[in-house]
Amino acid sequence: MKKVQFTSRYSQYFFLAPQLLILLIFLYWPIIQTFKDAFTMQDAFGFGSQFAGFDNFLFIFSDPSYWTSFKFTIMYSFVITLITGSIGLLLAVQANKVLHGKSVYKTLLIWPYAIAPAVVGVMANYFFSERYGLLHHLFNNMWGFNWYEDVFDAYIYVVIAGSWKQISANFIFFLAGLQAIQKTVIEASIIDCKSNIRRFWTITFPLLMPTTFFLIIINITYAFFDTFGIIDTTTIGAPGSETKTLVYKAYIDGFKGLDLGSAGAQSIIMMLIVLVITIFQFRYIEGRIHYN
Amino acid sequence: MRRYIPSSLNHLILLIGLSVMIIPIWIVFASSTHTSLFINTNGLQFSLGGNFIENYSNVLFKKAGFFDEITALKMFFNSFVMATGIATLSVVTSLMAAYGLVYFKIRYATFFFWLIFVTLLVPLELRVMPTYVVMSKLNMLNSFAGLIIPISASAIATFFFRQFYKSIPEELLEAAKLDGTNSWKFFIDFLVPLSKTMIAAVFIFMFVFGYNQYLWPLIMTTTEEYWTVVMGLKTMYGSISHRFAFVIMSMIPPVVIIIFLQKWFIQGIFQNK
Repeated sequence: MKKVQFTSRYSQYFFLAPQLLILLIFLYWPIIQTFKDAFTMQDAFGFGSQFAGFDNFLFIFSDPSYWTSFKFTIMYSFVITLITGSIGLLLAVQANKVLHGKSVYKTLLIWPYAIAPAVVGVMANYFFSERYGLLHHLFNNMWGFNWYEDVFDAYIYVVIAGSWKQISANFIFFLAGLQAIQKTVIEASIIDCKSNIRRFWTITFPLLMPTTFFLIIINITYAFFDTFGIIDTTTIGAPGSETKTLVYKAYIDGFKGLDLGSAGAQSIIMMLIVLVITIFQFRYIEGRIHYN
Repeated sequence: MRRYIPSSLNHLILLIGLSVMIIPIWIVFASSTHTSLFINTNGLQFSLGGNFIENYSNVLFKKAGFFDEITALKMFFNSFVMATGIATLSVVTSLMAAYGLVYFKIRYATFFFWLIFVTLLVPLELRVMPTYVVMSKLNMLNSFAGLIIPISASAIATFFFRQFYKSIPEELLEAAKLDGTNSWKFFIDFLVPLSKTMIAAVFIFMFVFGYNQYLWPLIMTTTEEYWTVVMGLKTMYGSISHRFAFVIMSMIPPVVIIIFLQKWFIQGIFQNK
């Protein structure tokens, strides 16, 4: 904090008030409600409810469909991170090398980043529909692709839909990371090491580590939360509920199934996951501030 | 001669990447210029058809057939009101909150800091159901206030404005204090002009964030009057080529922003993540 500050009896609260007011009413109130729901069991007819301790949590952990979602979400974030990270890095390295048309490539590769996941999902829907879908036909001819019934095919569908726009995000950040590496370092390394590929893995890539780490967190957060719009406009969890992410499952159980206790408990588990991710993220931000 | 070979390989890889990004959009666009009958019999199209004006004007201006009571034009209007509202409100509240945290002696400062930043742990998707209940208790369903206010408290924007204020030299305030400037004047005359770049970046980023909201308008609105573009994708019906046209139009505002305000937008991403 500043050494020189204003001292006032009320002014500071005037400046804090607008944001705090919004947070208290629209965040803290619902969050408190979530905790209440999570520790409450409603009877089947919705007439009464009683304190349930950790019953909702125990129920979730013993529910196979929760673990299906859990495994799917972990796998989904891993695959999306891997695919979008490597393609984004590959393209960024190329764009950083070319002498001509750099800004054209940059402009044309970053705009999918701005498109809403739900829009991407609706588009993917057309390409995977049985009737018009080009990719559906292509894959169907190759191995009898049918995402309505086959779990693996449904995975392919949501992974393609989920990865497409996220390649842009990875591209932007990797390119920025590459451009931040000092020319002298690269020039010095050219003298020491002739092989382009070896130089990349021993010099450039380690220097990109902060960017890579940051992107892993961004991609995981994206796969956990932002893909909601994609799942809701593509498979809706199909074939059974194998392609429901944890967030999507909590939404369906709460909003459609009206099981507030379960949805509340699921939300709290997710909050703990976000807590872990956020701690990592803050460490990264602090690192960036101190060393750069 | 040898130097040209790797360079053309770079271009080749980039061009493949570009096609993966552009071809899907082109196919949907090309298909949106045909009649639905043609699409239904021949599938998705690569080449343009002759129904561009008819399809797009139908979607934009004609009620019914596409949605029941509203045109796409009205939905764009709603989306713009929502996005502008969210961007404005989040910039103003974050700027003020950060100022309060950095430039004032506050009792329980740490408490207020955490009160704001703990909210980062709870993305909208995790509190949709209870927030919906709160909104209906406050009678805010189906209103612009309901679409805008609850999602315009951005702890991340506050965090970055706070970081920025902390980097401003102490001497600025010392000098201003010698001149007898009060806290309100210091904020308006010194800090806001100094933060211009950041304000622009956060505003643009939050505008796209607001425009792209899907789940929130989906549960907050039950009458078509308040439907927004992105949520409308889920509920639209009507002929297939009209739907293609609507999907293409829905992308235009954020894509135009990112192309023309690229520098600001990227700065916004870096500050918001």
